[in-house]
Amino acid sequence: MYVAVKGGEAAILATHDLVAEARRGDPAVPEISVAQIREQQALACARVMNEGSLYDQDLAALALKQSQGDVIEAAFLMRAYRTTLPRFGSSEPLDTAAMAIRRRVSATYKDLPGGQVLGPTYDYTHRLFDFALMDEGGEAAPRSAPTPLDATMPRVPDILGAEGLMEAEEPPEGDPRPFDLTRDPVSFPADRDVRLQSMARGDEGFLLGLGYSVQRGFGGTHPFVGEVRVGEVAVEFVPEELGFAVDLGDVTLTECQMVNQFQGSKEVPPQFTRGYGLVFGHSERKAMSMSLVDRALKARDFGEATNYPAQQDEFVLYHADNVEAAGFVEHLKLPHYVDFQGELELIRRIRREREERLAREQGAKEPDTMPEAAE
Amino acid sequence: MATLARASRSEIETLLGDPPDHDLLKAPETGTVMVEGRAGGAGRRFNLGEATVTRCVVRLSNGRMGFSYALGRDGRKARLAALLDARLQDEAEGSDLHQGVATLAAQQTSARDLASRKAAATKVDFFTLVRGS
Amino acid sequence: MSAGTMIAPGFSHPVFQSQAAFRALLAALSEPGTLQNVASEITPPEGLTTATATALLTLADYETPVWLPEALRNGPAGAWLRFHCGASLVESPAEAAFAVIDGTVYEPKLSAFNLGTDQFPDRSTTVIVQVTALKGGSALALSGPGILGSRNITPQSLRPGFIDELRENGALYPLGVDVLLAHGEGLIGLPRSTQIEEVR
Repeated sequence: MYVAVKGGEAAILATHDLVAEARRGDPAVPEISVAQIREQQALACARVMNEGSLYDQDLAALALKQSQGDVIEAAFLMRAYRTTLPRFGSSEPLDTAAMAIRRRVSATYKDLPGGQVLGPTYDYTHRLFDFALMDEGGEAAPRSAPTPLDATMPRVPDILGAEGLMEAEEPPEGDPRPFDLTRDPVSFPADRDVRLQSMARGDEGFLLGLGYSVQRGFGGTHPFVGEVRVGEVAVEFVPEELGFAVDLGDVTLTECQMVNQFQGSKEVPPQFTRGYGLVFGHSERKAMSMSLVDRALKARDFGEATNYPAQQDEFVLYHADNVEAAGFVEHLKLPHYVDFQGELELIRRIRREREERLAREQGAKEPDTMPEAAE
Repeated sequence: MATLARASRSEIETLLGDPPDHDLLKAPETGTVMVEGRAGGAGRRFNLGEATVTRCVVRLSNGRMGFSYALGRDGRKARLAALLDARLQDEAEGSDLHQGVATLAAQQTSARDLASRKAAATKVDFFTLVRGS
Repeated sequence: MSAGTMIAPGFSHPVFQSQAAFRALLAALSEPGTLQNVASEITPPEGLTTATATALLTLADYETPVWLPEALRNGPAGAWLRFHCGASLVESPAEAAFAVIDGTVYEPKLSAFNLGTDQFPDRSTTVIVQVTALKGGSALALSGPGILGSRNITPQSLRPGFIDELRENGALYPLGVDVLLAHGEGLIGLPRSTQIEEVR
């Protein structure tokens, strides 16, 4: 039962002022600008764009500033803002083979066409504090090679695909428009397009945990990173009134192709299977986790047992969204006075009835009867 | 349009000069485009997430229409880019305006080239140590 | 864009104008039979009244296929909708989210449009019927949700049998199309939940 209760407005308004003060911190310290967050906390911005499911670096930076760096709160702001915008349509599918590469590594091939490009990564840092950053870090001056990288680099699974050793990845007949879970309710079993969209906007920590569980044996695959690539890809869109594709500019993306052990059947010879991850910004951990879980969720397609959480689409899709999850967990803070009053009365009644029954039994009990079984 | 989508508002403003008289057929409007990917890069289409996009359509007094569609939320930039788009269609190839856009495109290409050469500096040169048999 | 120079501007203030029109449309369907004014200072394309054009500008987008009579579909009205709403124009009435029909023309029947499904009755077509006047015709008595007692309307130029079509549509509830009668800047809503009787 819901009962309208009034009051608390003044207290709520006071919290707005108080949280604004807490967000600002010590006024003797200069205020951080949105541009500073965008440029200097770009990986946090990428996470906010992914989980907010909206690519806009300035808004992600503003969301982080407004939420005091709380990433889920920031994603919530992005989601809320998105609902106020009209949607002009859907882009042409991105062509990640045409990515302007900033980083690209493969764990399966040493000498692959285009080479191993380490790019900007923390992988080879020592995880020792750089105390110089306590003060101004100064400007970096990265070196540059005399010639640029290859304009396009083949995706690694396509190399294996050419040999027929890799599960084919082709659009279904007619290349249908993908399902959009922001428009239509999800039903199960969910198709791959639904699963990929859900994971792309899902919580990085949740997917990381699930991906890890797959590696530890709760999913039964043996993955290799076929390729991780990071860089810029052009977004093309066909406005209805123009009828031809317009280049809207570039987005930064991270793509992971996870190669997994074989599957074969009477019809198909054994071949490698694949898991796929694609996310906004430079977000390797997220893309890799997504590709691990994508492969695990294909279990049913390959006729594998689905004994573990990472293989069960309903479990993964219903719990990946951190805005939904945070909403349901955190709503427990809201007044439940009436529910709880009901519970209180119920437990008091049960106890009263129990005492009365015990008293009755005590009175009726003969000295030589056996004690009753505990309740 | 690709070059203008990647240009800054001030670059477009400088190139355009004084905005010509025009009607707004579609006032600058910010919305989103759902960005699609493909599973595995080449397979089934799926929705990756949305991106903010701002568009504008103008018509000059001579009837020429100009369009602008670009990522981001800059309505002023969209209007200026649509005006520039209309002007470019009116002018012959090789005009100052066309050359200005070509210069902008060249700057964008060289910025991309520099970024690629910086990445190329991190390319691994494998060498194999001789192993005893 | 050769035909582009012919296209008239859309909303000059999209947020306020579409919000005002949406409010009027909401009132039309929540208080069936009341005359709602949907004025928005736009110049509608040939074949669409101001109210129809404003309603479509407010409601239609690339995700809502629109059905128009063939002459309108291939004329300036079709180009205008494609330009301003990004809506696709469909040939089959059953695919439409919104449709515009002429009140006097016999086809398509209301039952030819999308009637919704048991799972998603809300996905049925909203049909805008353009009439020559919203007043001055023979009286129809409306009753049902949103109407205290009954309410009379007197639209003109509805095709013979249209009232029976509305009744058959209402009998499908919760399925069925929702109807908006439009003329000039005026709109009257006839949702599927409204019962209609001819006043004799």
